[in-house]
Order: sequence, then C-alpha cells, then structure tokens
Amino acid sequence: MSFNFNFNLNETKKAIKLTNEDVIDLLVIGGGPAGLNAALYAKRKGLTTGIIAKRIGGQLLNTSSVDNYLGISQVSGEELSEKYLSHLKELDVGILEEVEVENIHKSDRLFEVLLKDGTVFTSKTLLIATGSSPRKLQVRGEEEYSNRGVAYCAICDAPLFKGKNVIIAGGGNSAVEAAIDVAKFASHVTLVHRSELRADQILIDHMNHQANITIHLQTQILEIIGDDKMTGVKVLDKQTLLERVIDADGIFIEIGNLPSNHLIKNLVSLNERGEVIVDEKNMTSLPGLFAAGDVTQMPYKQIVIAVADGAKAALAANEYMNQNF
Amino acid sequence: MQKMLNEEIQKQLRQVFSEMKEDVTMVLFTEEGECYSCAETMGLLEEVEELSDKIHLKKFDLNKDVEEAKKYNIEMTPSFVLLNSKGEYEGVKFNGIPAGHEINSFIPALIEMSGVKQEVPADFEARVAKIDKPVNIKVFVTLSCPHCPGAVQKAHVLAMLNKNIEGEMIEAQTFHDLSNRFNVSGVPKIVINDKIELVGNQPIEEFLAQIEAL
Ligand SMILES: Cc1cc2nc3c(=O)[nH]c(=O)nc-3n(C[C@H](O)[C@H](O)[C@H](O)COP(=O)(O)OP(=O)(O)OC[C@H]3O[C@@H](n4cnc5c(N)ncnc54)[C@H](O)[C@@H]3O)c2cc1C
Repeated sequence: MSFNFNFNLNETKKAIKLTNEDVIDLLVIGGGPAGLNAALYAKRKGLTTGIIAKRIGGQLLNTSSVDNYLGISQVSGEELSEKYLSHLKELDVGILEEVEVENIHKSDRLFEVLLKDGTVFTSKTLLIATGSSPRKLQVRGEEEYSNRGVAYCAICDAPLFKGKNVIIAGGGNSAVEAAIDVAKFASHVTLVHRSELRADQILIDHMNHQANITIHLQTQILEIIGDDKMTGVKVLDKQTLLERVIDADGIFIEIGNLPSNHLIKNLVSLNERGEVIVDEKNMTSLPGLFAAGDVTQMPYKQIVIAVADGAKAALAANEYMNQNF
Repeated sequence: MQKMLNEEIQKQLRQVFSEMKEDVTMVLFTEEGECYSCAETMGLLEEVEELSDKIHLKKFDLNKDVEEAKKYNIEMTPSFVLLNSKGEYEGVKFNGIPAGHEINSFIPALIEMSGVKQEVPADFEARVAKIDKPVNIKVFVTLSCPHCPGAVQKAHVLAMLNKNIEGEMIEAQTFHDLSNRFNVSGVPKIVINDKIELVGNQPIEEFLAQIEAL
C-alpha cells in the first residue's frame, strides 16, 4: 500500500485579506481560472483589485488531471490552481475566500456588492467570473437518491464505490474522464449517453482500453430507482424503443454545466442558454460590468480559454476606467 | 519502510512547524493483526515527530491499552488525537491516515493546537462558547477529495473553541462499514451527533447553526 501527499502550503499561508475600506477599481467575483487571471492583469496594470470567491480554484478543484494546457504536459487541477494562487500572492492581490456574494447593484457610477454575511464592497468596475456548476439530469429519483448513490464529483467520490457497479451519465470529456477515474475503483462502470460520444478521441481510446467499462449510446435515462439506496436506473433504448433497468449502486452525473448567472440575471442580457452576453471586450449590457469565463456565451468551456478571457476582461476594464473615471 | 514524506515536503513542513508556539502530542492507537493502514499511519506520525522538537508521539494498542483508549473514545484503528501543551484533549481526532489531500487538515491542526489560533470574529467565538451539551462532529472524507480538508478544519476549529465539541476526520475507505452505516456516497459528509447530516463543504456558520439547533 502506498500513499501520496498533496501538501498545500497555501492552506497554511493565507493570502492578504481583501477589505472593504476603499472603493476598488476592479472587483472580481469568482476565483476560478478567469477571475484569478483577471486580478493578475488588473494588478499589473496598476488598478486596485481583489477577488471574492466561495472557493479559490473553481472547477479546477474537481479536475483530476489537466492534459491540454500549453507548456504543462500534465498537472492536477488543484496543483494548477495552487500555481495561479502563488502567482497572485507574489503580487499581493487581496482575496476573500469562503464567502458568497448575495446581491449586486449599481448606484450612480459605483457597484455595490453585498455578501451573505452583510458586508458591502464598493467598486468602480466589476467582473463576474462565477463560472458554472454541474447540470442535473432532472429525472425522477435524482433528488431523492442524491448522496445515496447519486454523485457529481468523480475524483472526490470514486473511492466510495470500490467494488461496486457504477453508471456514468454523459458523453463529453468530463463523462469519459469520470468513467476512467471511477473504473479504477468500481468493479464495473457503465457509461450511458442519450446520443453519440463527443469527447476527445484520445480520451475515448483510453476508455476503450479499460476492460471494466461498458458503453451504451443512444440510451436515455428515465428514472433513478431504488429502495433506501439507489439500485439502478430505468433507461430507454432509443433505437429499439424498449425500456429496461440497468442495475447499479451509484451514478455520476456528468452531462455538462449551467452558467452561474443568478447574481446578475436581472441586470444584464443573457442568451437562450442563460449565458451572459458580452461584447468583444467582455462588457455586459450594463456599462462597467464585465464578465469572463464559463459564465459567458464564449464557446468551448476550457481552462486555457477562461484564463485568456479573464485577461481580456481586465485589460478592457482598465481601458474603461481610463475613459470614465 | 521507505519514507512517506519526500524531501521537498519535509523541507516545507519544517518551515511551517517553525511557527509552532507550544508543544503538541499526538496519541496514536493501532492494533496487531489485520489493520488497514496502521503501519503507514504510524510511519507518517513518526516522520512528522522528527520534523519538529515541539511535536511528540505516544503510541498505544487499542486492545491492550484499554484505559488510554477510553479517555479519548477510541474504538477503531488507526486513530489518533492531538493533545495541547498541558496534555489536554481538545476534541481533535483523526480516524484513518491523513494522507493525500488530508495532509492539509492534519498540518493546520498541529499548528493550531500549538496555540497559533485562526482568527474568528468575537461574536462567533461567544456563540460557540455557549454550547453546553456534548457535540460530536464526524467528517467523512476520501484522500482524493480537494474540498474535504476544509470541512475537517472547521470541525477541528469548533472543537478547539469549546471543550464540549469533538471533531473527527473519518477516512471513508478505511472505515467502510461505518461509512455504509451513514450512507456516505458523497464527500465531505458531515454528521453531527450521529443524526444531522450535511453534504459538501459548508461555511463554518452552517456548522454552528446546526449545532445551536440541536
Ligand atoms: C470535472 C471537470 C474536468 C475538467 N477538465 C478540464 C480539462 O482537462 N481541461 C480544460 O481546459 N478544462 C477542463 N474543465 C473545464 C474548466 O474547468 C472550466 O472551463 C474553467 O474552470 C472555467 O473557469 P471559470 O473561472 O470561468 O469558472 P469556475 O472554474 O467555475 O470558477 C467560478 C468561481 O466563482 C465562484 N463563485 C460562483 N458563484 C459565486 C458567488 N455567488 N459568490 C462568490 N463566489 C462565487 C466559485 O467559487 C469559483 O471560485 C473541466 C471541468 C470539470 C468540471
């Protein structure tokens, strides 16, 4: 038996705490790739800036291995997040973590950001980089068996399904990655997807090499069933139109994400998918309010894209500041 | 056995431990025969003891040192608790090896037990001080869960603020039966006094609100 150690100095050495004494030039909400890079760029431009986030790292913390980031052939999502954070600490960027923004409003020329604990921050420009969160299947039984079989974080929860039968719902990169991760523990993994696979070929090849993974395409999940715990899913085979039950002790739902737009959905224009619409310089329909990363209409939700989007938004906010303040 | 902590981590830990104020004792319980990760947990704690003069280790056997085990309500192995410089138990317990991501709940617990306290708002501290019934917080984790150490740390911070509160990390794979009993299929899972269940890393506020409502 061997154990590794993911020691994280950042846990013991905290960043400078962001305070609300002064009006901030660019306040960033969200500590994922987009928000972190925006703060870096803003700081280097000489703006006063800071980050407010529930969890620094965002979705990176749910990613076991990042293999498509130029210059770093393989890194865990958490390690990458640590590298980002160390870089920000070198520049003394203020950070407020483990807090949730509840409400945002613009009064006159300034933005007011209200936290759940009642604290108010004021800023001249504001960047929304709140990313996205897992989409639910929205079938019967999903709520009922949530945490009694239904799970959403493969790297966290895979070890709990040691020796068990597990279903992965979805057909994109995160579903295929989850299948590979979970197959290391589970006795059998069944990937169920309503259409065709749309994951990267390199991942599909990897999955096909795994003897304990079965794939059912054109198969729609109708219901999650069980007694006091989940025991399986009822599916519809879309070719034969026959319903059947696949037995399983657990299911990981990896069917994509929904933009976390709730803070500003009444302030700005959204597209039909609920994504924030921004112009080519990342400004929303409300002047001075910018958005970047997964929360926007930007296609292809990827780390490298979110990072670049954050940089672009910060540079644009700087330009806006020069023109308007 | 090969060293558990590599040179790089040892170096970082020595530096982190240099900030410790008072002495801390780790009291470890293992048992003979079949015990998943007992040897590795002992190895880890021995290596950690080596990295600072302020850290001490006492080793016991669950079946032979029954009186000692009783003092800290130890019923499974491997388990260990941290004692402050006066040798008092403040409710900080680990069940299973704090490897993987859990090293990030273990190290801060050592630092804080030595007297380097985390800043908490005065009104929050006052509310915690008011808790006058026994509270047990179990935090189920896996070693590959990046969100879990945060939840364990909060349980430990609460424990250190009030003698009535005990906070324990439980590694779900090691204690498979216990995890099944509490239906753990997602981590972190927080169970307060074996009845209130919270899933996911919650704000410390939420821990306290649940405890106050007991
Ligand atoms: C399992 C998985 C694997 C992936 N693998 C890869 C990969 O290999 N390669 C790749 O390029 N991409 C990958 N991605 C996609 C990539 O992680 C995302 O595109 C990227 O993280 C988006 O960054 P973001 O900054 O826009 O948002 P996020 O990473 O979602 O960050 C959002 C931030 O906002 C905060 N937040 C949200 N609401 C609030 C609020 N109300 N108050 C305060 N803070 C708030 C969150 O705490 C978080 O800090 C993966 C995603 C997942 C889920």
